[in-house]
Amino acid sequence: MAALESPQPGTTSAMRHAFGNVLSVLILVLIGVLAFSIRLFSVIKYESVIHEFDPYFNYRVTQFLSKNGIYEFWNWFDDRTWYPLGRVIGGTVYPGLTLTAGTIWWVLNSINIPLSVETVCVFTAPVFSAFASWATYLLTKEVKGSGAGLAAAALLAMVPSYISRSVAGSYDNEAVAIFALIYTFYLYIKTLNTGSLFYATLNAIAYFYMVCSWGGYTFIINLIPMHVLLCIVTGRYSPRLYIAYAPLVVLGTLLAALVPVVGFNAVLTSEHFASFLVFIIIHVVALVYYIKGILSPKMFKVAVTLVVSIGLVVCFLVVAILVALVASSPTGGWSGRSLSLLDPTYASKYIPIIASVSEHQPPTWPSYFMDINVLAFLVPAGIIACFSPLSDASSFVVLYIVMSVYFSGVMVRLMLVLAPAACIMSGIALSQAFDVFTGSIKYQLGGSSNSTDDAEDTSTSNAPKDDASASKTDKGEEIVKERSSKKGKKKEREPADKPSVKSKIKKKALVLPLEASIVALLLLIMLGAFYVIHCVWAAAEAYSAPSIVLTSQSRDGLHVFDDFRESYAWLSHNTDVDDKVASWWDYGYQTTAMANRTVIVDNNTWNNTHIATVGTAMSSPEKAAWEIFNSLDVKYVLVVFGGLIGYPSDDINKFLWMVRIGGGVFPHIKEADYLRDGQYRIDSEATPTMLNCLMYKLSYYRFVETDGKAYDRVRRTEIGKKNFKLTHFEEVFTSHHWMVRIYKLKPARNRIRGRSKKKTSSGSKSSKSAKKNPWV
Amino acid sequence: MAARIGIFIVFVAVFLSIPAFSSAQDLQIVNAERRIDLSSHIVKAFLTVKVENIGKDPAAEMLLAFPPIQIKNLAMVQALAVTGKKKKKTYVPLDVKPTEQPDAPNDTGYFRVSFVSPLGPGETITLEVLYILTHSLEPFPVEITQSESQLVYYHDSAVILSPYHVKQQTTFVKTPSTRVESFTSIEPANRAGKEIKYGPYENHAPNSYTPVIIHFENNSPFAVVEELEREIEISHWGSLQITEHYKLTHGGARHKGVFSRVDYQSRRSVSGASSFNGLLAVLPPRVNSVYYRDDIGNISTSHLRTGFRKSELEFEPRYPLFGGWRATFIIGYRVPLEDYLFEASDGRRYLNFTFGCPLVETIVNKLTVKVVLPEGSKDPSAVLPFTVNQDLQVKYSYLDIVGRTVVVLQKDNVVPTHNVPFQVYYTFKPIYMLAEPFMLVSAFFFVFVATLAYVHIDLNIVRK
Repeated sequence: MAALESPQPGTTSAMRHAFGNVLSVLILVLIGVLAFSIRLFSVIKYESVIHEFDPYFNYRVTQFLSKNGIYEFWNWFDDRTWYPLGRVIGGTVYPGLTLTAGTIWWVLNSINIPLSVETVCVFTAPVFSAFASWATYLLTKEVKGSGAGLAAAALLAMVPSYISRSVAGSYDNEAVAIFALIYTFYLYIKTLNTGSLFYATLNAIAYFYMVCSWGGYTFIINLIPMHVLLCIVTGRYSPRLYIAYAPLVVLGTLLAALVPVVGFNAVLTSEHFASFLVFIIIHVVALVYYIKGILSPKMFKVAVTLVVSIGLVVCFLVVAILVALVASSPTGGWSGRSLSLLDPTYASKYIPIIASVSEHQPPTWPSYFMDINVLAFLVPAGIIACFSPLSDASSFVVLYIVMSVYFSGVMVRLMLVLAPAACIMSGIALSQAFDVFTGSIKYQLGGSSNSTDDAEDTSTSNAPKDDASASKTDKGEEIVKERSSKKGKKKEREPADKPSVKSKIKKKALVLPLEASIVALLLLIMLGAFYVIHCVWAAAEAYSAPSIVLTSQSRDGLHVFDDFRESYAWLSHNTDVDDKVASWWDYGYQTTAMANRTVIVDNNTWNNTHIATVGTAMSSPEKAAWEIFNSLDVKYVLVVFGGLIGYPSDDINKFLWMVRIGGGVFPHIKEADYLRDGQYRIDSEATPTMLNCLMYKLSYYRFVETDGKAYDRVRRTEIGKKNFKLTHFEEVFTSHHWMVRIYKLKPARNRIRGRSKKKTSSGSKSSKSAKKNPWV
Repeated sequence: MAARIGIFIVFVAVFLSIPAFSSAQDLQIVNAERRIDLSSHIVKAFLTVKVENIGKDPAAEMLLAFPPIQIKNLAMVQALAVTGKKKKKTYVPLDVKPTEQPDAPNDTGYFRVSFVSPLGPGETITLEVLYILTHSLEPFPVEITQSESQLVYYHDSAVILSPYHVKQQTTFVKTPSTRVESFTSIEPANRAGKEIKYGPYENHAPNSYTPVIIHFENNSPFAVVEELEREIEISHWGSLQITEHYKLTHGGARHKGVFSRVDYQSRRSVSGASSFNGLLAVLPPRVNSVYYRDDIGNISTSHLRTGFRKSELEFEPRYPLFGGWRATFIIGYRVPLEDYLFEASDGRRYLNFTFGCPLVETIVNKLTVKVVLPEGSKDPSAVLPFTVNQDLQVKYSYLDIVGRTVVVLQKDNVVPTHNVPFQVYYTFKPIYMLAEPFMLVSAFFFVFVATLAYVHIDLNIVRK
């Protein structure tokens, strides 16, 4: 960033431009390499493997796609999951990521580069983060010139928030969606700046790609209308705005409806209504401007009163119909996740499934520092820089950051949307600060004429002429803030040329003392260095663990816990192909992808009842659980148990969610039965319901024989019930560190014996539990 | 069991009634000693026979006979002629070929051993024969639990099946432990420690057969590779990349019921005695870039010791293998090219590499060795000491255009004794090595030229 602006004295400006272009291309290539390579820590520290949960599903879909082709993919009915319901994959998945990786794989293989599907999937995210940083460069360049663009691109290449979702192996929708998001915004700004229909069309296509990739596309289709509305309200309507918006809505909606998972939702759900409303408004405004142009002022006034009165009536009617339509649908036309965005308490109140996912929780303050680090401090400076002067483009990025800050505050996962905005803002701030400081150093050292020329040269780009180096250091922000916002408002109405003239006059007055500039430059460089160190640390230590293989550093070297794959491999080789495996839904995707066995529920949480059934079974006593599982044709039950080695995210710790979700559908499961005085415990104080439920038994079966005391290293206590036998399940596999335990359902008892037993002991009891079973 | 023995008695009767072969009667076996080693799941039998020509014409060959239950499991037969007296014994390998006999009784299989020089009338020769049987230990009981140890049956004949008259013979059977549940006793037969001795028996007519069953404990790892595919890729840039895909299974008594990790970990000696966890692969000495993984990623339980004469890779499958359990994995490694690729005197190149499976003490049911020759090589031919199915394929690897010739060698029932060198000859012009670098250079060149052109072309109709 600073390098680009370092002048080459004594050459012509054309030469300087050429040199600057080559240099910026070079820097961009390096940024791309940086973005790619900083994400390879996971491959180097662990191995080239798919991470976590959802990526395994995407990987499996990609495998299917590469093996069977695109048409089979659209029609794919997956019978390996959600048994016995199955799932239509082609119609319920955002296909962008898999199609992208599938295409890359196909191209590579057709030029005889035999990379495996897995390799392609692992490295898709790093490659696309390089693309994303280039897209950031383009976007920021449109807003504030190429210097800011390069700074923003460099920041985005290593922002921890984005790294957390795009390390090599993290093969998830977000990996390509962030690129698509930024690129769509870039094309929107580009159209806004040029008024070119060509870019508008490209914009619609980029939007289509975004719709393909991620459910977060609704952010775009709400943010852009908001910006358009903002522009109209602040009197910034122009034909360019119309070109930028109208084609996007028409083409974008048509294209979005082509994606099976969106389909008619693109016009039916409330998430999209804002765009149509603004679409109408912008046409009205365009009409008004047109009429204003052809009518005399007097006639115009008459026309306005006429149209407004009729228009109001029509509007009321339309609004009434809309409200009635929306109100008639149960959730008001909003999906649960969107609703929990608007009302942060919605999920915890009504949908335990959404609330149970950790990434849907609101973030804590430290996670802001962890994920965007010093950018959090640079963003305000960037916002100020955007207000001097406020152009269409810069108002868009300001709106973008404001909205994303709100959303990230609701859901920690949406920190990812904030990250690019923060990078853009910080890039602008850094670039402007460098401009000011280097400008004033040059002025102090070399004399005035040279420096003003340079400042002008660097800021000439197709971005609006700005008073780049004119204002605002990071000191005295508060005073500046008030002034600039007022000034910005005033300036809006002024013709475009005037502020730059004004700023030129100001420029000389705002030169800082030499020493102050040098110190400030050093401080800025230190800040940047701190950011880089933090990012590298975050990439290397915090975000590179693949979570399917755990390591621990002990005195005698690295210890590897590879239990998950051990048991998935066991399942895949030593059970029948069509056996059904029940586990909590977290492990569904991994089981289908790695063990290739049919699962009852998986991480795609579309059927609450089904998940609740499994939750109920896990929280029921053994007999009732056996009946539920048997009615679901389950052969094996898989539980994750961390008590032996102290792995905290095991099923016992997730168990309360199973109870809650199960209890939400089957009311005989009551959370209170599992809590002793409101406390969740598994020691001798635990409730009998807890000590007799299936999850407890499967987790702790024969656990006492390991150390004689049955000390649970996660809960840091001895368990409550130590010696017990299983009557309806038998242990068939336990992994090396006991992290995964697989049980087999014993076959049903002989009929004669069962009948005689029923007669003697408790016929009523078993019929009661049969009634509880929702699948009989 | 009684019924089976009955059938064998009928066999014997049939054998005896069949008129002997015309040439068979010219030879007779003066003395035979057989030692059968049952300590692992690969049955090795050493047979020392002294053959005498009692006919009038010189005999150039003799026949070795195997009963039908053995012939299909016979992995290898080797014969050596012993010449010289005790101190100065020399062994001359003889040619052994399977052969068909038109009037073979009851599907008996035959191997023809050709002498170095025909055996004159009245002369004798001593032969050392080694034959190896796979899948010949039949687990009984068929299913065992974790705490039981594995018992197996071994079927054979107390007397040596031979188309010739056998004057005197003895058979020793070595079992892995002293625990022998039962064995068929054909007098004189006795058991001492780990050894069961049958014989000596005198004067058995041709095609005599006396079935015996030995039921004993064998907890050695029954590691059976159902399918092994070894791909040896030759790169003239200096290395040989070997990738081996294993489908491993435990070929012993099937595991029944629960697998308890507690028992397995705390009472290792009595629990899962027949299961195995560690495997050992013997790799070439200067091996590098070794990896061990399966379909779902790296497997971290392995240890490599590189040595001067050989390297050893100790590794464990993801989970211990009990009877009937399966596991798949891939081992890959790289060795320097100059150790294995040579130039023949006629200008052709040849690869000299080891056939067979690098795992010790394993049976491979189906072995496929693929030698991927560099792109542009011609006239491939493979030279092996035994017969295999040969085939040619084409493989496309990094940036190939015409594809690489692949010599496919396929053999069933492979045992560690098959780890012998084989050669693949081919012709190759070194100029082909430059094809791919040249393609890359030209591709980059065109990209830059295209960029150059794009920057300078102005497609606007109206000059701005």
